[in-house]
Amino acid sequence: MDALLAQVFTGISAGAVLLLIALGLTLTFGQMGVINMAHGEFIMAGAYTAYVVSTIVASTELSLLIALPVGFVIGGLLGLALEASVLRWMYARPLDTLLVTYGVGLILQQVARDIFGAPAKEVPAPGWLDGSIPILGYDFPLTRLFIIVLAGLCVAALLAVLRFTALGRQIRATVGNRDLAETIGISTRRTDRATFFIGSGLAGVAGVALTLLGSTGPNLGTSYIVQAFLVVVVGGIGHLKGTIVAALGIGLLQAFLAHALTGSVAQVIVFLAIVAFLQLRPQGILSVRTRSLA
Amino acid sequence: MTLTVSDLRVEFDGFVAIDGVSLTLEPGRLHFLIGPNGAGKTTLVDALTGLAHGSGEARYRTRDLLTLASHKITRLGVGRTFQTATVFEELSVLQNLDIAAGVHRARWRLMLPRRGMSEQVAEVLETVGLTELAERPAGVLSHGQKQWLEIGMLLVQDSSVMLLDEPVAGMSAEEREATGELLRRISPERTVVVIEHDMDFVRRFADVVTVLHAGKVIAEGTAAEIREDAEVQRVYLGDTVAAVTETTGEDA
Amino acid sequence: MRLPTLKHAYPYVGWLLLAVALLVLAPAVLSDFRLGLLAKYCCYAIAAVGIGLAWGRGGMLVLGQGLYFGIGAYAMAMHLKLADAGPGGVPDFMALYGDATVPGWWEPLRNGGLALVVILVLPALVAGLLGLAVFKRRIKGAYFAILSQALAAAFAILLVGQVKTTGGANGLNNFQGFFGFALFDPANKRMLYFIAAGILLVSILAMAWLYRTRFGELLVAVRDGEERVRFLGTDPANVKLAAYVIAAVLASIGGALFVPIAGIVSPDDVGVVASIGLLAGVALGGRASLLGPAVGALLIGYAETSLSEAFPGSWSYFQGALFVLVILLLPGGLAQLLGLVRRANVHRGNSVGDHLLRGVPRGEQGETEVTRSASEEAAAR
Repeated sequence: MDALLAQVFTGISAGAVLLLIALGLTLTFGQMGVINMAHGEFIMAGAYTAYVVSTIVASTELSLLIALPVGFVIGGLLGLALEASVLRWMYARPLDTLLVTYGVGLILQQVARDIFGAPAKEVPAPGWLDGSIPILGYDFPLTRLFIIVLAGLCVAALLAVLRFTALGRQIRATVGNRDLAETIGISTRRTDRATFFIGSGLAGVAGVALTLLGSTGPNLGTSYIVQAFLVVVVGGIGHLKGTIVAALGIGLLQAFLAHALTGSVAQVIVFLAIVAFLQLRPQGILSVRTRSLA
Repeated sequence: MTLTVSDLRVEFDGFVAIDGVSLTLEPGRLHFLIGPNGAGKTTLVDALTGLAHGSGEARYRTRDLLTLASHKITRLGVGRTFQTATVFEELSVLQNLDIAAGVHRARWRLMLPRRGMSEQVAEVLETVGLTELAERPAGVLSHGQKQWLEIGMLLVQDSSVMLLDEPVAGMSAEEREATGELLRRISPERTVVVIEHDMDFVRRFADVVTVLHAGKVIAEGTAAEIREDAEVQRVYLGDTVAAVTETTGEDA
Repeated sequence: MRLPTLKHAYPYVGWLLLAVALLVLAPAVLSDFRLGLLAKYCCYAIAAVGIGLAWGRGGMLVLGQGLYFGIGAYAMAMHLKLADAGPGGVPDFMALYGDATVPGWWEPLRNGGLALVVILVLPALVAGLLGLAVFKRRIKGAYFAILSQALAAAFAILLVGQVKTTGGANGLNNFQGFFGFALFDPANKRMLYFIAAGILLVSILAMAWLYRTRFGELLVAVRDGEERVRFLGTDPANVKLAAYVIAAVLASIGGALFVPIAGIVSPDDVGVVASIGLLAGVALGGRASLLGPAVGALLIGYAETSLSEAFPGSWSYFQGALFVLVILLLPGGLAQLLGLVRRANVHRGNSVGDHLLRGVPRGEQGETEVTRSASEEAAAR
């Protein structure tokens, strides 16, 4: 029973990490159709932001909390720059954005390598995340719990923005029907930029959070990006709820398989399971019928 | 060969787009399908060509079209065109027709290059009036010419049932006239069903008209009979509210 | 009846030039070391030719060709290790990491002929099964790209995890012989170069034929209007499947040759980064052109080596910038430039064959539901 509970907790926290890294993608990939491979490097940038903030702010107790909003802004600005310089020309060629943004990602990796060096950096965790708390008799590490809470907060914030703000309405209108949105006076260019800012900012937040789990290197993003995209694909492109279910489902599956088998075999089986899953539901968990030629 | 549709129903997430339609589509006459926006005309064609899932039956030869995949329906001889003319823009007119003609070729011949053009393709080019443009990329054709090319593609396939979705929409008056004549020429040997909005065009060329409204057949007959039909007049003149509410996404 | 014209001869002239450069010029000019590098680039180029077919002509963004490159490479590497060990022998690394027993699934590869069969048939089977599953379910566009990438990632992870049987992250290396020829002998290395260059040239020739066949035209039609093809009575899944399988087999052949030439294969050669790396040359040369993918791959290989030698660390910047600039500004690659020049010099490009060779795919792109329904609405007015 305890072992089972441990797997559930591991799975949920792995799912929360997946959710954090994939959340921004549901906006940029899901809503805008841009396949942004540099999303992984935005995550990396968030992680390095945490590192830089920790070197500037003396108090380790505070640096994480400062790094979170800074990471959001850094990630968002990177996204904004990418959108304004390259992607705006490529909305008619969604598949090609993948390679372009991959190229941007390569450059960002090398920039990180040149600035911070190839060896990975450690970011000290704040003291108040030391240790663990017992939940149902299981000692749950506080860092993991923090990530789960953070993922929950990010989802809630994103939902609130999409539902209740003018920007959210504009985003939904633009996604629903770009031409119509323009005729009713929405600046779709501005909306695109805002969407990209938020989506990329969330990658920055994810990066800050990831420093709690491991060290930060230039290749941090590459190790997460494939999984992040799979989460969005399984969740159904453009569906926030689907993404949440998919992230938790994949996290749990991975945790249970990793317990029974070795980690690498578990990961391979998860990949294969996803391929098999898409056989059953090619449009992801939450699919919508469309009347277009599809 | 007659295509018999009986009690066809198509639903999208609870919205009933086709609500128990029964139709007999016979060869040798130009059959028009009309109705206000949202009546379910395109959905009907979608259901018959495997694009939308429907229940009921659509019997053609010995098969029920509703159970077949799109490409198999085409191979059976039921072809369609789309409202937005969809031709292969980067390929030449000739290549477009050649690919369409592939239905009748043995598979292994795919491994051979195309040489010259078959008599049948030349004939069709003549019929649809695109002989001069055979070598041009289909992308440079005008809207009307693309529609003709689409019809030509069905002709080289020798489809015995042709379902044409608004072939004359967006055409000039002369082009419409030419298209009407073309349809008249090809209809004697096959079943031609045309979705159309323009009542003048319908009146000039239709042998039979079926009126759809809110997913149901409300009238069928000659153009003159339809014109006199009280129910049809009510649908077209009054009752616009219902039509508007159902327009969302339909026929777009 | 269309007579063969200069236009039809054009790609063959290019092929002939490439053949002379690879088979006559390069061996005469280059040192053994450089020729060995060129041989390696040829292996990438063979995989690139397949990518040109699947991606350029078929519109399938194959992000995971490392999987097939890896299948060929590991099959070859396993055979070479077993051959080195001698009949009944155990490859050196197995004694190092494991219990010095050869796993059962290695045994068939002791036989050289069987190894070659595996190199040709296994990728076809894997790609066939995967393609069937994916294409029949109409998974395409970004979905397909991400799935294929994930499989390459999974394959690399699997290899790393199985140290005892695959050499893990270090991969397999230190090969002594190649079908009875000693690999340290420069003469045999030259022979390997000629084999790689020869296979590359033959595979380009095969593509030239394929592109001229009705299959080639149908593939382009599927790329530009998959659904339209369906309504013309052909299941586009079968067309895509054929192209995907051919691309997989070519990648596998490239991988198999890579092993004796490079002397090593590791998970780094098959993973996500390596897989996208294979695309760089194809994009640069011109994805839909006949010679573009191969020439692009050779150029990329050369550029990577020389830039890494001259300015260590600069390659990432260069490769990154290349992806951005080429895809953004020159989606048809160098072949597009050539096409522009040719068009300006000769005559207005009104021929479709010309169009194909220049190859700027359009239809492949706007496949998302959003853009499609929007354009339909616009057209329906």
